[in-house]
Amino acid sequence: MVITADKVKQYYHSVTLDREKCKGCINCIKRCPTEAIRVRDGKAKIIKERCIDCGECIRVCPHHAKSAVTETLDDIFAYRYKIALPAPTLYGQFNHLTDINYVLTGLKYLGFDDIYEVAKATEAITAYTKKLLAEGKLKRPVINSACPTVTRLITVRFPSLIPHILPLISPMEAAAIAARKEAAQKTNYKPEEIGVFFISPCAAKATEIRNPIGLSSSPLNGVISIKEVYLKLLPILGKLEHIEPLSTCAFAGVNWAQSGGEIAALANDNYVAVDGIHHVVRLLEEIEDDETLDVDFIEALACTGGCVGGPLTVENTFVAKSKIKKLADELKKSGQKTAPVALSDEELRWEVPITYRNVMNLDEDLLIAMQKLENMQALARNLPQLDCGSCGAPSCKALAEDIVRGFAGETDCIYKLREKVRDLAKQMVELEEQMPGSFKQDERER
Amino acid sequence: MNNNIITLHYDIDGTNFTIAGQASSNIKKVLKQLGVDPAIIRRTAISMYEGEINTVIHGKGGVADIYISPDQIRIVFTDHGPGIADIEKAMQEGFSTASAEARELGFGAGMGLPNMKKYADALNIESTPGEGTTVELIINIHS
Ligand SMILES: Nc1ncnc2c1ncn2[C@@H]1O[C@H](COP(=O)(O)OP(=O)(O)OP(=O)(O)O)[C@@H](O)[C@H]1O
Ligand code: SF4
Ligand SMILES: [Mg+2]
Repeated sequence: MVITADKVKQYYHSVTLDREKCKGCINCIKRCPTEAIRVRDGKAKIIKERCIDCGECIRVCPHHAKSAVTETLDDIFAYRYKIALPAPTLYGQFNHLTDINYVLTGLKYLGFDDIYEVAKATEAITAYTKKLLAEGKLKRPVINSACPTVTRLITVRFPSLIPHILPLISPMEAAAIAARKEAAQKTNYKPEEIGVFFISPCAAKATEIRNPIGLSSSPLNGVISIKEVYLKLLPILGKLEHIEPLSTCAFAGVNWAQSGGEIAALANDNYVAVDGIHHVVRLLEEIEDDETLDVDFIEALACTGGCVGGPLTVENTFVAKSKIKKLADELKKSGQKTAPVALSDEELRWEVPITYRNVMNLDEDLLIAMQKLENMQALARNLPQLDCGSCGAPSCKALAEDIVRGFAGETDCIYKLREKVRDLAKQMVELEEQMPGSFKQDERER
Repeated sequence: MNNNIITLHYDIDGTNFTIAGQASSNIKKVLKQLGVDPAIIRRTAISMYEGEINTVIHGKGGVADIYISPDQIRIVFTDHGPGIADIEKAMQEGFSTASAEARELGFGAGMGLPNMKKYADALNIESTPGEGTTVELIINIHS
């Protein structure tokens, strides 16, 4: 699968559903942070305007019906010069790994010609962020832009906080731009012959390359899941003969794999680090309300524990966290410094500003929206307030909203349906009593 | 919908700090569903939140009535708490009578009312010591 810039689709999502496996249970609709899933005709359905690719449904689905569409290792061979961009999270997936170079050499065995560690690019971002914070022109508290899920969550649910987002591209994109530049210098390949692939813990990053945030087109050619790479690396890691000294990242960048990593690199002590999408939602609610919140920087990561908790990872989040910490400590001790990253401040800035897409409004016309809201509230008052999910909506309120939007009916609520059936039964009994005389006659004769 | 006005009513519990902010949270959601401009939602959220907190910690609880028309959002907090003896003084930045308990929780900077004045298009306070306080906030939808 080759992605070209002109194929960018506004509502493309990597998260998809396998209809065969879906049993139509309510696990995913209950956990979705943007209420983007409904069960219709016995199957889950993702409302694409609202989905932010957080991967929460991939995690909670007991039937493994949700997954993220990514490229595969086979896809890299469409390019003559293949560059792997491993997320630092990859390093935390293996047991007893003491040297990152094993993993990087392994990636070369899988077919990559070159490696560019995303951990390296984080340093350019940290340096520029420090500069911007010191200038003091950004709206406080500044919210990080490294997690595309959080950025999309803000555009969908917290539009008034858009001006708070750090206007920089993510480390993945920064690494891709730097890797392309380096490759152009080292080789004679044309840009279209160079394939840049992110080794990803993240479903949202797979969406990023088709529909990038802050860029008109993505410098990447694909995203490959850590799950796939792990399975292919595991059998060969022990058998590698010559380990190449490929790693040129420092401890600070490796730490970005876990919650608190970006903050630690900033060395600013007036910050908040929050992880896990539902905690992020609560904090953003608070920032929206409280003007006096005295914090410079918010590091918000959608996955529990940070990217080590990403939906495309293999290792247990907390085990991976400890492994990342060990590797980072090891690097700190060794004093390994990042090789210079060829990126100017200008290249790190968003090319295109983020715009607000209102996907929550009931109608374009305020008066009609008001009328719908009133109807919705009346409907909601009439529902049983059990939030049982049997109607396919995550809560009674959400069903009321679906009804006024025209996607559902009141009898989708099984309690309402039961009331209706009971009423009908009563009416039938009443009708029965009013049977015409000719029929009653028959009865008596029998 | 009477005369194109949506009315909403919330009881504000004066004994529970941790759920303070729920009414403003709900109003935010409503305004998003109405498609109101994000900047106006933010101003409403900040000023309403301050009002709600004041009703909890100073007013000992009360009610919030919200009236949304196509032109404006009107929020009225009513409580039967101690009232405000000197409204002018209460409006000054940094003036606060917040209890030690409230300060523990990060309230009491004396910035609530000044912020409400800053973010709302109009702020009207009526108060009788010993009887209670009514605080009205107006935010224009079309500025
Ligand atoms: N509803 C109310 N009932 C009684 N007194 C009030 C009420 N609202 C405000 N006040 C008085 O006005 C003062 C100033 O209020 P303001 O909201 O500006 O500051 P604060 O609540 O003390 O601190 P902050 O809002 O910064 O946490 C309060 O300390 C209190 O004495
Ligand atoms: S925390 Fe990391 S893995 Fe999870 S959504 Fe954000 S960027 Fe992706
Ligand atoms: Mg106050």
